Amino acid sequence: MATLTLNGVRKKYERFDAIKGVDLAVTDREFVVFVGPSGCGKSTLLRMIAGLEEITGGDLLIDGVRANDIPPDRRGLAMVFQSYALYPHMTVAENMGFALRMAGVAKAEIATKVGEAARILQLEKLLDRRPGKLSGGQRQRVAIGRAIVRNPKAFLFDEPLSNLDAALRVQMRIELARLHQELNATMIYVTHDQVEAMTMADRIVVLNAGKLEQVGSPLELYHNPANIFVAGFIGAPKMNLVDAKVAAASAGETRLDLGDGGGVVLPGAEAGLAPGSPVVLGLRPETLSFAATGPFRGIVRVIEHLGGESLYYLERAGGDTMVVKTGEAVFARLGESVSLTVRTERASLFTADGKAIGLRRDNPARAVA
Amino acid sequence: MSQATTAAPGAAARGRAGRGRKVNTFPLLAPSVAALLVWMIVPLVLTLWYSLQRYNLLYPERRGFVGLQNYVYILSDSTLQTAILNTIVLTGAVLLLSVVFGTLLAVLLNQEFWGQNLARVLVIAPFFVMPPVAALIWKTMMMNPIQGVIAWVTQSLGLGAISWFQNWPMLSIIIIVAWQWIPFATLILLTAMQSLDHEQMEAARMDGAGAISRFRYVVIPHLSRPITIVIMMETIFLLSVFAEILVTTSGGPGHATTTLTYLIYIRALLSFNIGGASAAGVIAIVLANIVAVFLMRIVAGTLERR
Repeated sequence: MATLTLNGVRKKYERFDAIKGVDLAVTDREFVVFVGPSGCGKSTLLRMIAGLEEITGGDLLIDGVRANDIPPDRRGLAMVFQSYALYPHMTVAENMGFALRMAGVAKAEIATKVGEAARILQLEKLLDRRPGKLSGGQRQRVAIGRAIVRNPKAFLFDEPLSNLDAALRVQMRIELARLHQELNATMIYVTHDQVEAMTMADRIVVLNAGKLEQVGSPLELYHNPANIFVAGFIGAPKMNLVDAKVAAASAGETRLDLGDGGGVVLPGAEAGLAPGSPVVLGLRPETLSFAATGPFRGIVRVIEHLGGESLYYLERAGGDTMVVKTGEAVFARLGESVSLTVRTERASLFTADGKAIGLRRDNPARAVA
Repeated sequence: MSQATTAAPGAAARGRAGRGRKVNTFPLLAPSVAALLVWMIVPLVLTLWYSLQRYNLLYPERRGFVGLQNYVYILSDSTLQTAILNTIVLTGAVLLLSVVFGTLLAVLLNQEFWGQNLARVLVIAPFFVMPPVAALIWKTMMMNPIQGVIAWVTQSLGLGAISWFQNWPMLSIIIIVAWQWIPFATLILLTAMQSLDHEQMEAARMDGAGAISRFRYVVIPHLSRPITIVIMMETIFLLSVFAEILVTTSGGPGHATTTLTYLIYIRALLSFNIGGASAAGVIAIVLANIVAVFLMRIVAGTLERR
């Protein structure tokens, strides 16, 4: 249906730069998720694409046509707002048909299209109710219906699930994924919730302070984060970040000194790694496991049993906390002193200023798939 | 000791069970009921009583019960019809003006512009000018055909001066009262505008609604409830407009600007006819209540539509 291209897109306010030059190409029928902490500019970027915020630098192309100066309603995009922004005095059907009514479409045709959208979203029985009489999830569906009816080139979602409770959020997440397949539409979705990003996206765009940190598929970002920010943002519980020093770097392996007497040997090497240079070792909680001896030692401070899995929070000698994710069996008790080993082929390595060091071999998850 | 501790929960349970049934609410209600009696019922009953009396201060010795004669006299007097008509014209016109201009000003003042806060204060300021002062300002400074500002402007344009209170008495009163009440409407509607969901306007923009359509389909429906509130509040006060008339036209020329309120004043304090004035007052109360019933219906209707 549509491609979107951003070339060096910027947003300058009087005092500060909200978006500092974003380059991105969204391909046809792709589900792209903008994710980042609050204030990173992800909503601003979406609103610039929608035409609700002026683009102060760079170009936005929709289907190859420069759209910077096209007003929002002529861009052929539809947006679903965080607050749903339904018109409270109109019925569900009137809400959904409003855009067509504004475009001067005949009444019979509006009714057909609204009926079609209502069928997709299972809203048929609610068509003559007002938004005030609907539940949060139903309002959400009406807001999506309002977008569908316009048959847009692309859908824009601005944190659409953040007002729903946890159970409904999971349900709507699945429904949105289903809609994406059914409508075969390009979708851009903004969220601060990395779980939503991981579960729905074809590609995730991680934003921080108005800049792109990394763009890639969910698993790519999970396994090969480009920097410490992405490593820390994607994945829950967070990746463990451990300060270390390069002890020796020889052909095929890199030896790290953890500072407390422990050491780790990572497969793979990088030419720029001189012995003695400080690095940060990134370890996913599920790659760690309890062992009789191991490079990491600590005292168990908190245990969270989630049923299928358990999280152990360890305090290391220096005061750092490490998280271990295990199966449901009990491996250690509170206050117990334990050792951990790590699947070194899954470890990430970063320079002291946060950039990833490409020791990496191939993606283990991909290899399995 | 043990008795005391075991008794406490029992007492609490009894207290809980007895709530709403045993508590004597009379002492709590009595002060407000008494105040209402003194402030409302007593004057009302007195007015009703006087309206059935022959009671003229100029002839205090000719007093006595006359039944409905005061009403018969007033209802057969054409001045009453004029007064009712004038009241309707004045109230209706001011309501219309204040809703229309109040809405427009509220939408305008809700935009961001330089000096927005100062402009808001200035627009709302007339509301804080007391009615006799406002009327005097308009009478002597604005509408005076010799030294008034309006006359100066029209004369500079070669159009000549208008003797407002002579030739357009009702229009003049309407202008003065509207000037005072537009700020009230603006104030209420501006706060309502500020509670309008920003994203709703943006959604309407995305839906292809231009400025006028957004005003018609998003802003006006959003303001419908506060507008009914404005109409209700203003009606209450507009039915009793008095000072503006007293200061400027004194109900004239003839009875051109005599409203119900002013008619009562004429009867009571110019003719010293307490009985007749009371009868007119009772009629005014009845009319106001008819209006109130309709207003309450409208308000209840808009509340239900949500």
